[in-house]
Amino acid sequence: MATLARLQARSTFLVHQYYFRNSAVDVFRKKEYDAAVKIQSWFRGCQIRAYLRYLHRVATVIQKCWRGYLGRQHYQLIVKLEFCTMKMNLYNAMAVRIQKRWRGYRIRKYCFNYFYLKEYLKAVSETNDAIREALEEFAEMKEREEKKADLEREEKKRDYQARKMHYLLSTKQIPGIYNSPFRKDPDPWELRLQKAKPLISQRPKVKQKRDVNISNQLACTSARSLPQSEILPPIDRKQCQGPFRDITEVLEQRYKPLEPTLWMAEPINELKMAREELRKQEWMRNINDNMFLPFSSYHKNKKYIPLMHSSSKYGPNSYGSQHFRDENPKKWICDKKFKFHEDRNVCLTYSLLYPHCLEQHLAKERKKERKKERKKEKKKERKKERKKSE
Amino acid sequence: MSQRQVLQVFEQYQKARTQFVQMVAELATRPQNIETLQNAGVMSLLRPLLLDVVPTIQQTAALALGRLANYNGDLAEAVVKGDILPQLVYSLAEQNRFYKKAAAFVLRAVGKHSPQLAQAIVDCGALDTLVICLEDFDPGVKEAAAWALGYIARHNAELSQAVVDAGAVPLLVLCIQEPEIALKRIAASALSDISKHSPELAQTVVDVGAIAHLAQMILNPDSKLKRQVLSALSQIAKHSVDLAEMVVEAEIFPVVLTCLKDKDDYVKKNASTLIREIAKHTPELSQLIVNTGGVAAVTDCIGSCKGNIRLPGIMMLGYVAAHSENLAMAVIVSKAVPQLSVCLSEEPEDHIKAAAAWALGQIGRHTPEHARAVAVTNTLPVLLSLYMSTESSEDLQTKSKKAIKSILQKCTYLPALEPFLYDAPPNILKHVVGQFSKVLPYDSKARRLFVTSGGLKKVQEIKAGPGSLLQEYINSINSCYPEEIVRYYSPGYSDALLQRVDSYQPLAN
Repeated sequence: MATLARLQARSTFLVHQYYFRNSAVDVFRKKEYDAAVKIQSWFRGCQIRAYLRYLHRVATVIQKCWRGYLGRQHYQLIVKLEFCTMKMNLYNAMAVRIQKRWRGYRIRKYCFNYFYLKEYLKAVSETNDAIREALEEFAEMKEREEKKADLEREEKKRDYQARKMHYLLSTKQIPGIYNSPFRKDPDPWELRLQKAKPLISQRPKVKQKRDVNISNQLACTSARSLPQSEILPPIDRKQCQGPFRDITEVLEQRYKPLEPTLWMAEPINELKMAREELRKQEWMRNINDNMFLPFSSYHKNKKYIPLMHSSSKYGPNSYGSQHFRDENPKKWICDKKFKFHEDRNVCLTYSLLYPHCLEQHLAKERKKERKKERKKEKKKERKKERKKSE
Repeated sequence: MSQRQVLQVFEQYQKARTQFVQMVAELATRPQNIETLQNAGVMSLLRPLLLDVVPTIQQTAALALGRLANYNGDLAEAVVKGDILPQLVYSLAEQNRFYKKAAAFVLRAVGKHSPQLAQAIVDCGALDTLVICLEDFDPGVKEAAAWALGYIARHNAELSQAVVDAGAVPLLVLCIQEPEIALKRIAASALSDISKHSPELAQTVVDVGAIAHLAQMILNPDSKLKRQVLSALSQIAKHSVDLAEMVVEAEIFPVVLTCLKDKDDYVKKNASTLIREIAKHTPELSQLIVNTGGVAAVTDCIGSCKGNIRLPGIMMLGYVAAHSENLAMAVIVSKAVPQLSVCLSEEPEDHIKAAAAWALGQIGRHTPEHARAVAVTNTLPVLLSLYMSTESSEDLQTKSKKAIKSILQKCTYLPALEPFLYDAPPNILKHVVGQFSKVLPYDSKARRLFVTSGGLKKVQEIKAGPGSLLQEYINSINSCYPEEIVRYYSPGYSDALLQRVDSYQPLAN
């Protein structure tokens, strides 16, 4: 018990000591605790950091591998693409080359041939030059012809004048105007006058004005075809003495319009003209101008195949074409054919018209025949007698 | 005696009538008398004389009527109103050839003035009798009848159709084959008048076989005949390609080209009209004409005449060049461009200038080669001046503007373009600058020339709205040159330099 009491007396001290010991510990507890915490945290930190480092390393490795993989994929894609592009470019370039050549060829051959165009233009300009030359020649020729015609007209005019002035020709006695003695050579007009034939002086044709007016419009062929009604003579003029006809009758006769006979009225080749006219009209109506040719096998030398009718040996029946009556020679009385007026030229109609003459004629004939028969009988009798006598 | 006196009265009357009618016919030849005659009431006096017993009086009265009606339309109307036509038509069928000629002359004189009068003639049944006259033996009657029919058919298509329906065309073709030149002329002119209105009428004329005969007559030396024949062929050919081909098949080329050298101006004109009508339809026909040397002949023809005679030839060149660039090149090769530019500058008439401008435009619009050929002859300034001048007609202005535009769009010949920089109005300037901007980037010599001739300076001076086409062109031109040069030539550069001199502070030592 003592110890208990001592322990109990000490207990409070113990308690206090325990408390103080513990609290002394507590003083350091925090420090130690903090120190322990620090150590622990530091260690944990290190641990974690090591772990993190490890993780980082691992993650890096993973990422490295993954990124490498992705990159390689990407690279392969790019390479493929590049390759494809390169190939396509190559193909394009080659296709362009082919197309270039082909298009050039095609255009040159089928659409537009530059050299052909050049040749064509050259040909055109040559044709132009040729045409220009030809046309100039043509124009020149025309001019020459015109000049010639002009000259000829001039010549004719001068000729006509020379003929009119024929009386100005110089004679032996008197030199003419154009042959002045003071000149060395006579004037060319002089020579012309010498060559010219004298013009027979006619009454100058009085141009009947009315005639000209009408005939210009109507293109009359002659001035006299239109009956002229000039100023009629005064009716109460005294008849001229002498065996003259009445003036009106004379004028009537003089200006009688032409009444040609039908023979004369038609032109001489009227038939020909009418034929031409007809031919023209028919030609006008023709659709086609070509002559109608016979069938094409006409001129081919085909063998002629005759008709069956004409080429068989079984000919046509003679009855109906050669003779028209059935004949039965067995029933004939005599052999000879019946002669009817064969020897005498007696017309059948005559015999019909004049029967009495026919009768006479026949009677004569019969007589003659009888005579003949008697003669024959007589001859026969004589023969018989001769025979008998012999 | 009394019988004689009675007869004397009648003879006097007849004498008086004949004298009257002949004097009237003579007076009617002079225009100054006709007014007085009309006022004196000559129509009503002549009318009963048409029914006179004596044939001479009838004929002379008809002749006088014809001359009066020929003079002007009022008298012709008076003839129609006076109911003279039925009588004429009736007696046309019966009387002798002189009367027929005179009556046909009256019908012609009445029918030529206006379509209404011609219709009146048709209405009174004159066409059938005229066609009967065409079958007459006398060539003068045929000529008068053909002339009358031609004048009637001239006015419009219905009257032409009426003439064709009366059966005149085959007879006219027969008339053409007659030996008399006057008859041939008139028949050709009548066929030309009939076929000019419509393709169907032209086809009717062709169906009768007129083309062959007309083509033969081109060689005839008579110039008036040639005029009519060429006119008839061109009226036929103008309607359609088939008709033109038929005309060409009659082998008129190259004979027609000799007509281009004829002395008579109207023959030339009608020949070039014919060639033009053929050339305008298709490129093949134009090719045919070029191959036979037609272009050279037409060019020479243009050179040898003046005024309206040239016009169809100029148009022909335009039509040929319009079809394709090869044909345009052929036209250029035939030396047509200098000729056309001469026409353009020489001619006083606006419509001829317009035609020449149009033709040049057609030639130059195809490729740069063509435009160069046109530009070399210095026609572009002429065209520009025509476009700008206030005296030119509307038509001339539009045509020259079109021509300039079409040539400029292809022109790469810079010396010809440069004057345009100075004078041209803005709408044309745009094209000019555009052309420069196309050529300059590729040609160094041209660039040098452009600078030395002052073109660059001018271009800088052009004021253009920003973003407009003109500005783009200017920019592209400027980009061909180094910057200093561009700045040097820009306007106001000297001022800017001087300003810099002013503002420069020299370094104080």
